[in-house]
Amino acid sequence: MAASGLSAEVDVGQVVLPGDVLLLPAAPNADGERLRLGPSSAPRGRLLCGPGLRRCAAGLLVTKCGLLRHRPPAGAGTGGGAYWVDSQQKRYVPVKGDPIIGIVTAKAGDIFKVDVGGSEQASLSYLAFEGATKRNRPNVQVGDLVYGQFIVANKDMEPEMVCIDSSGRANGMGIIGHEGLLFKVSLGLIRKLLAPNCEIIQELGQLYPFEIVLGMNGRIWDPREVISTPQDWIHQQSGLLHLFVALSPNLGTGAFL
Amino acid sequence: MGSEPEPGCALRPFAVEQGLLSRPDGSAAFVQGDTSVLAGVYGPAEVRSSRESPERAALDVLLRPKVGLPGVLERSREQMVRRACEAALLGELHPRSSVTLVLQVVSDAGSLLSCCLNAACLALLDAGLPLRSLFCGVTCALAPDGAVALDPSARQEKEARAVLTFAFESTEKRLLLSTTRGACSAKELHQCLALAQRATDTIFQFYRDSARRKFSKS
Repeated sequence: MAASGLSAEVDVGQVVLPGDVLLLPAAPNADGERLRLGPSSAPRGRLLCGPGLRRCAAGLLVTKCGLLRHRPPAGAGTGGGAYWVDSQQKRYVPVKGDPIIGIVTAKAGDIFKVDVGGSEQASLSYLAFEGATKRNRPNVQVGDLVYGQFIVANKDMEPEMVCIDSSGRANGMGIIGHEGLLFKVSLGLIRKLLAPNCEIIQELGQLYPFEIVLGMNGRIWDPREVISTPQDWIHQQSGLLHLFVALSPNLGTGAFL
Repeated sequence: MGSEPEPGCALRPFAVEQGLLSRPDGSAAFVQGDTSVLAGVYGPAEVRSSRESPERAALDVLLRPKVGLPGVLERSREQMVRRACEAALLGELHPRSSVTLVLQVVSDAGSLLSCCLNAACLALLDAGLPLRSLFCGVTCALAPDGAVALDPSARQEKEARAVLTFAFESTEKRLLLSTTRGACSAKELHQCLALAQRATDTIFQFYRDSARRKFSKS
């Protein structure tokens, strides 16, 4: 029963499990034997197979447990859009282009080794900061937090990150300070917070002004200044975390999806 | 077949709780009748260079008995669980990393190996590791008179002539693991295999229902 292919269109929004095969919606004139020429047999265009899915002979093989999502194609009917699986995860796997918060663990010659929460430490060149030259090295110490993005992140190579964008500007990236509190949350919560018009961020912002840095590797940094007594500091930091929990009625108990 | 299932071929009630441990990347507690196993998965994480493989993730399974230190029986069960997990896990997506699966026996009242396999699968699911398919374990006990009992209790296992454990994967119900303690004929083996294969429908449906419940809360 579960082995038969399920139509991808039917399943959007449903829970899918690894091993499920999703059949792609067939082209109107799908005919295995003959190739018809003419505008009606034009190929459907590219379908993006996102996280949690892999191409297989029959269609798309689900590899993670989660909710199946679909984004319709942006252009006018070109391409089949994108399918992916929204899954819950705590462990981060580096992906190219993701903005992340890393902790510098070692300085090895010209590069820094940064812990990003994945299976390997990422490397960060000292020249990858805004305004850094061989003479003007950035002041990065072991234990500093850096906010950057991956330029190389695949399963075969050591991940590399930079703290500048493609035009050489920092754009908010770089060393993000020595004080403050770093939270580790699930990856799904970060994705929810980074979504446009996130309710939690808006409601928190109405309560009091704040500025936080979100890393796609499940880390949130809150740069609160240390106030008079340690008890106040602890209360304020844990208050922010409790606010996250309290203002998220839709997230459910403990499921920081 | 439209006939009633034989009384011995009913599985004990299941229960699962996922994500109950805060430190591992994935965890699951699986309860089958009175047998209960807690599984925790860490991965993909850093690997020692001696275990590193350039092609796939290095999978380690540790089975801790309820009392005492792990012995030879635990080591052999660890290898069996490891082989079943390796068949299902897409280790090629995480080369040069390690996946560690720790199984803790909370209570053993029969069918321990299949409970370990089920807990392992659900923990891997909870951790978000890429899997080719799901897998599950089913134990059969062959009584001296030839009667087959699925998911036997400790007493049934003790009185049985042979205890067989099978692991199946979910897409085409193919056999991943088969281990037997005791003696049985080839015909009896095939009979147990067929019964166990049919029982996997219930278990995979249970996985699906628990996944639905988990995602309906958020």
